[in-house]
Amino acid sequence: MCLAVPGKILEASDLGISRIAKVEFGRITRQVRLDFVPEAQPGDFVLVHVGFAISRIEEEEAKRTYDALLELEAEMPEDA
Amino acid sequence: MKFLDEYRDSGVARALAARIRSRVTRHWTLMEICGGQTHTIMRYGLPELLPEEIELVHGPGCPVCVAPLELVDRAIEIASRPGVIFVSYGDMLRVPGSRSDLFQVKAAGGDVRVAYSPMQALKIAAENPGRQVVFFGIGFETTAPANAMAVWEAKRQGLTNFFMLASHVLVPPAMRIILRSPANRVQGFIAPGHVCTVMGFREYETLAAEFRVPMVVGGFEPVDLLESIAMLVDQLEDGRAELENQYSRSVTRSGNGPAQQVMQQVFEVTDRQWRGIGPIPESGYRLREAYAAFDAERVFGTSEIRLQEPPECIAALVMQGLKKPVDCPAFGTRCVPERPLGAPMVSSEGACAAYYTYRRHTSGEVVR
Amino acid sequence: MTSLVCPVPLSATETVLLGHGSGGKLSAELLHSIFLPAFQNPVLERLEDQAVLKFGGAMLAFTTDSFVAKPLFFRGGDIGSLAVHGTVNDLAMCGARPVALSAAFILEEGFPLCDLRRIADSMSRAASAAGVTIVTGDTKVVERGSGDGVYVTTTGIGIVPLGLNLSAANARPGDAVLLSGAIGDHGIAMLSAREGLELDGEIASDSAPLNGLVEAMLAVTHNVHAMRDPTRGGLASTLNEIAKESRVGIELREDSIPVHAGVRGACEVLGLDPLHVANEGKLVAFVPMQHAVELVEAMRRYRLGREAAIIGTVVERNPGLVTMRTVFNTTRIVDMLPGDQLPRIC
Repeated sequence: MCLAVPGKILEASDLGISRIAKVEFGRITRQVRLDFVPEAQPGDFVLVHVGFAISRIEEEEAKRTYDALLELEAEMPEDA
Repeated sequence: MKFLDEYRDSGVARALAARIRSRVTRHWTLMEICGGQTHTIMRYGLPELLPEEIELVHGPGCPVCVAPLELVDRAIEIASRPGVIFVSYGDMLRVPGSRSDLFQVKAAGGDVRVAYSPMQALKIAAENPGRQVVFFGIGFETTAPANAMAVWEAKRQGLTNFFMLASHVLVPPAMRIILRSPANRVQGFIAPGHVCTVMGFREYETLAAEFRVPMVVGGFEPVDLLESIAMLVDQLEDGRAELENQYSRSVTRSGNGPAQQVMQQVFEVTDRQWRGIGPIPESGYRLREAYAAFDAERVFGTSEIRLQEPPECIAALVMQGLKKPVDCPAFGTRCVPERPLGAPMVSSEGACAAYYTYRRHTSGEVVR
Repeated sequence: MTSLVCPVPLSATETVLLGHGSGGKLSAELLHSIFLPAFQNPVLERLEDQAVLKFGGAMLAFTTDSFVAKPLFFRGGDIGSLAVHGTVNDLAMCGARPVALSAAFILEEGFPLCDLRRIADSMSRAASAAGVTIVTGDTKVVERGSGDGVYVTTTGIGIVPLGLNLSAANARPGDAVLLSGAIGDHGIAMLSAREGLELDGEIASDSAPLNGLVEAMLAVTHNVHAMRDPTRGGLASTLNEIAKESRVGIELREDSIPVHAGVRGACEVLGLDPLHVANEGKLVAFVPMQHAVELVEAMRRYRLGREAAIIGTVVERNPGLVTMRTVFNTTRIVDMLPGDQLPRIC
């Protein structure tokens, strides 16, 4: 459950004691609250659920683990 | 779309499936906890990519399906009152209560509105000072921070017409019930990645150690799930029983601090009756005393609600992985998405609906 | 109140639900349990989007539609142009040349006349572009609070060239399934405008008259078995209807179905499947395989068909079922939804 979608922060601004951001998902953008990811900055990717960012995506970690998957794919015999 | 497309890559998926096939030496029964994971598995036909030795059963991770029946009935009752604007996530509108559902309340003239975020409900309250706005706060721990935030803001803004019907349920207590059951056949679990994004995975480490069962915190895209299954198979074949984190691009051991903080402020743990499963101690959230003025349960009275579940529905067994949807005699005939007997047939993530919508053609005879 | 365990296989509701208007399974139930038994005639029972009647020596096509757009004005059109295009398209789907439309309005007291003028002008332009005239109509006014500003009902007549026999019941095993372009634009544009979703991006309704495109297709061959425009309920509903009426199976290829990037993003965010989202300027056609490539090429030369594609085939197995080969080469069912697709959080 918990449909959370990754998007890129285009711009962020203060809203009272909170921060809001314009986040891009593919070709569309939406307003998202950054209360739970105070360290997120424009350019970062966040996971968004019900209008709130719930985590900042660790891009290096993602690359590291995905590279391992690409290696697995490269090692796969042709007939698998 | 970045961080989505690459996790739907068929080349990588095939490589993972090949790896699983190369490692498997015997039958393993695995369970994914989260309804969103069930949805992905069905919608991408992942069982077709896996060797026969891997059996997937589906857990109770559909908060729509397990939302306590008494709270669904209370929601329906509150929504029917004049002067109330009842706001809910779309998922809940067709969930059958004992005698009705929110869609029917709307059809009968109730002001029932769909929201995509609890902050929308807050906005409706601010814009309609003469009406009582009640928000149906369902979900697992993933949704709790946002729901908590809405109540916290309502207090800060001094709103007197905003209320939440808190119906949150927690995953680890439900897993405990499954693991403790003598009938349990599940040998490895895919833990819910978005719940763990918020809560971290410490509780799951404890469960893995206590019950000596391998667990992998998994994401929601097909590659995430295949990788999680590959990691579980590796553990099972190696004889290990650890907690591993496949969804490391989002999940850390301690989870999201600021989110947990606001949840702690607004909610406290309580016992809940899970629909289809029964009472589970300390398995839900309710609003703390300090926020009593916003608690729909307290404010809208405790009139007797007589619960009634259709006797045919075997949701309890399905959600604990003890039976498959196709094992239910009503599946696809008396129980279909447009006329659900029980909650798992309503939500697109409930095991029964997901199976019916995407995969019923695989159960031998095509169920129409 | 019938309980949920009632064994009678009808919906356990006694009132109209919003889902009855969504074009999915509940709409079909309403049709089968109330209107068909009441009106009982063989033309109606064919359940096409238009009626084709023999009149003198000609084949007359006849159709009607009501429009309840919310909001009334949106990116890519308004309730007026939607009505004209919708009715023109229903006529075009049986191969008819649309000739004339009627337009009836139910207006809510207090509705601004300048908005009504905008709608009328829009309808005039749409009709002109489609080559039809609005020749008759009616107006009623209801009290303030009894309506959503304006409801429009349009009825259209057209002439079907002799020798054409398009019907939802005529799809045959071996047929190619053709789609004229990307799906989901209209529904997402409307949802975004209606719910104030602030989905900034260039998502606009695809509302358009398809009669020109259909003429271009029929110029290639008259041997088109079936055509339908996938409006409410989306492509999934339309394909399921045809699979059922023709008693055939339909097998699609996921990677061949065009979806615009903006629509895809919006669907991801809202938890929607583009297959169930409404379109107002697209058609799906069932044609013998040997004409498929030539037809797609002809469609692509036409602006409204520039993204046309072959998206699947008709088969004998699993009659009534629509399945799809996913990008992983696995199969999944493409089902009809019970009611409106609701955005989900789970």
